[in-house]
Amino acid sequence: MKWEIVIGLETHAQLSTAAKIFSGAATAFGAAPNTQASAVDIALPGVLPVLNRGAVERAIRFSLAVGGAINRRSVFARKNYFYPDLPKGYQISQYEIPVIAGGSVAIVSPTRGELRVRLTRAHLEEDAGKSLHEDFHGMTGIDLNRAGTPLLEIVSEPDLRSSEEAVAYAKALHGLVRWIGICDGNMQEGSFRCDANVSVRPQGAAALGTRCEIKNLNSFRFMQDAIDFEVRRQIELIEDGGSVVQETRLYDPDRRETRSMRSKEDAQDYRYFPDPDLPPLLIDEAWIERVRSQMPELPEAMRQRFERDYALPAHDAIALTASREHASYFETAVKAGGDGKTLANWITGEVAAALNRSETDIAHAAVSSVMLTGLVARIADGTISGKIAKDVFDAMWAGEGDPDAIIERKGLRQISDEGAIEKIVDEAIAGNAAIVAEYKAGKEKAFNSLVGKVMAASRGKANPARVNAILKRKLSA
Amino acid sequence: MVPGTVAELAAALRAKRLSSVELARALLGRIEKAQSALNAFVTVDAEGALAQATAADAALAKGDAPPLAGVPIAHKDVLMTAGLKTTCGSRMLANFVAPYDAHVVTGLRDAGTVLVGKTNMDEFAMGSSSETSWFGPVRNPWNTQYVPGGSSGGSAAAVAARLVPAATGTDTGGSIRQPASLTGICGLKPTYGVCSRYGLVAFASSLDTPGVFARTAEDCGLLLNAMAGHDARDSTSLDRPREDYTRDLAKPLAGLKIGLPAEYFGEGVDPDVAGAIEGALAQFRKLGAATIGIALPNVKLSVPVYYVIAPAEASSNLSRFDGVRYGHRAEQYTDLLDMYKKTRAEGFGAEVKRRILVGTYVLSHGYYDAYYLKAQQVRRLIADDFARAYTQCDVIMGPVAPSAAFPIGDKVDDPVQMYLNDIFTIAGNLTGAPGISIPCGFDRRGLPIGLLVQGHYFAEAKLLNVAHRFQQATDWHLRAPPELTP
Repeated sequence: MKWEIVIGLETHAQLSTAAKIFSGAATAFGAAPNTQASAVDIALPGVLPVLNRGAVERAIRFSLAVGGAINRRSVFARKNYFYPDLPKGYQISQYEIPVIAGGSVAIVSPTRGELRVRLTRAHLEEDAGKSLHEDFHGMTGIDLNRAGTPLLEIVSEPDLRSSEEAVAYAKALHGLVRWIGICDGNMQEGSFRCDANVSVRPQGAAALGTRCEIKNLNSFRFMQDAIDFEVRRQIELIEDGGSVVQETRLYDPDRRETRSMRSKEDAQDYRYFPDPDLPPLLIDEAWIERVRSQMPELPEAMRQRFERDYALPAHDAIALTASREHASYFETAVKAGGDGKTLANWITGEVAAALNRSETDIAHAAVSSVMLTGLVARIADGTISGKIAKDVFDAMWAGEGDPDAIIERKGLRQISDEGAIEKIVDEAIAGNAAIVAEYKAGKEKAFNSLVGKVMAASRGKANPARVNAILKRKLSA
Repeated sequence: MVPGTVAELAAALRAKRLSSVELARALLGRIEKAQSALNAFVTVDAEGALAQATAADAALAKGDAPPLAGVPIAHKDVLMTAGLKTTCGSRMLANFVAPYDAHVVTGLRDAGTVLVGKTNMDEFAMGSSSETSWFGPVRNPWNTQYVPGGSSGGSAAAVAARLVPAATGTDTGGSIRQPASLTGICGLKPTYGVCSRYGLVAFASSLDTPGVFARTAEDCGLLLNAMAGHDARDSTSLDRPREDYTRDLAKPLAGLKIGLPAEYFGEGVDPDVAGAIEGALAQFRKLGAATIGIALPNVKLSVPVYYVIAPAEASSNLSRFDGVRYGHRAEQYTDLLDMYKKTRAEGFGAEVKRRILVGTYVLSHGYYDAYYLKAQQVRRLIADDFARAYTQCDVIMGPVAPSAAFPIGDKVDDPVQMYLNDIFTIAGNLTGAPGISIPCGFDRRGLPIGLLVQGHYFAEAKLLNVAHRFQQATDWHLRAPPELTP
């Protein structure tokens, strides 16, 4: 039987406010345990939550970016359960009326092409603290620094049909929240966390299969592995005559498998009710307009503009709008006077590879966008060949200076002088009689071999177009 | 001089006819003498009180003293007081020292008052008799075999016995107005949001209201002036212009329209109480007021609505007492769940557990709509009833409670009877509107009876005006209980 995979993601994006969502304590990562926990965060008797409007503003930004509906009145609710790192015994969240309803995120599916993943909702809530089981023999330590950190929980519809699409969506969302400056996207520090709801159904079936929720997907690779494992598990289970049990499963990256955490029967009754300490959250038009006026150009609009203005193919435009830093690198380079398509090739090719090798991001690229334009200009004006340019680029990356200085110092200037090239070509024909004979006997490949000899003799500097033309002329003479 | 009112004492201190240290010493002596009979205090801070009194005397000598400089007061032990134990009458917090001041505590500190101690109360303010405290029951100074009402019974008893001229309380279902009535003093519950709840250990957040006990309406106004005001730390605190709540005290009552809801004068009201209320109404007519009948058809639902909403909020509010970070933790436990169970089983008393159970039940999946949501809808209907009534009248009067004080132990095993004691006061918490209890007589056993004066939102100055004019014409508030001997 052919199976269809159905996936929806729940994403917790930590909002980039300096203070917590209901207290004035700092949200910075990595402080000594409990040094960023105020009376409100540790839930002393008598303390009360006060909403940080910066968190709401970030939610509004998100809604404007995904085309969601901003509820003019939303309600904070208490989600009640006991756990040592949940100081109040309840989490303040939003339940029946979230701040944002609907919206969508554009992705490019490897199989289905461009599509929009619909969002169900996004709501504001506070994070819990952390339980530290390792450092205390026979005891558990509690660190409440993270307690009260603002989160936007973004829930997608079950619109995704493969682990690749899930990753594409997660990456698009990750790029978007960073783009609009509401989340730093640091997955190692837990600033961007995804849970995946996964089910399978026979191809063509209308009803959804029973889903499992997979937690702890703190990298895109883990997400793909976990979903792939879970899909195989569910299909094998059903094909062996069993059935999927609705449950929460945890991904174990060491064993590359998911395992049951708790079943639906164990699910707690959270006894949600509106938090009487917080009046309904009211958002008026003026506030929305104020936020709208500060919105940057969104990646999708920018992608379309790149395609239009610089005649870029979609895959280039998508790569160049992966982040605001990418886009800004590209635009700065173009504005400095380079050809769009050439620059796009360089940025998605050499620059990306160099960034990968040096494990850094484009904001910290060793070759600035203006320097890259300088290099590309030297290809365009014939000073160097594209091949030599790659060596110059590596030297630039290594900090050896600007392209012109490197070209001069290393003597890489291209040889385009007709007489000089003819001399090298003549020497090559004279010194490789056997290859010339092969060519004349009709072996086309031998021509390339002769070009190689000429290029080698010029130490790569001969203008390849000229070499081709002259060689062809001389051989047919 | 020592048992004077707040107004009298503030004036005497300012005129240097009395020093704050002298006054504090005298009252600390009275407190010590009365403690075994009344059990009104959980904590007496003699050292702190004398230090504050010394500072007040210095400020008074310099002439730059705040309005209530040197006046001793007590706080209900549900309000956080920096450096002093704040127990909420519970074993759970029996040794909990507050690290900060509640907003109303700060306000009264800034106004110059001298804090002598923390008063006993029903555990976590859950009760109508002050019998559920981990520190033992509070007794009524008029007859120590009787309850003083609750939950702010310690504050009420302390003011009634002239141990302090005024004390704070909190009112969630009648916890200021009912004990004021049962001890023969004034108790003011302001409009919800006028006094910040910051530092008030939450019982039911949408109902909890800080307020004040004193012997006169004027004193209530003087204290409210220091307690009221916007507080950014409480999102339900109202941002309104400051007002002087004593500004209208002397206004004549001619033309005042008093609404009398039939629902407050029916069956179940003790005849002595009914008689005292009739007497008070006659007095008001003499002062120029008119009485008219009004209808509050949904007010009879107040008690069931309250006993859904208050326990629901309480069940969540009290979850933080889990033994993890502060407060009581069981000595022996096998695992996390066991620690929670034993800690909370040992730390909470029976009434608190009862309300946590009720509250957990009504919020449970499948019951929320039938209980909590329905209760909130009826709550709105009750508020609509009052809003309609205030188009016809200025204030609404009736008894505070169906009867005067009852004997200690009388209702502890019958929670429903206990709950019905708040039948007339609860509506004010559900609507959030203000109310004041003023003494208006005694029953056949010589126990005080209180008149409940309710007003529309922000009618505090009006209520104090009505109460003050009544007190100018009567002497119920001047009657003192017998002096106690240890």
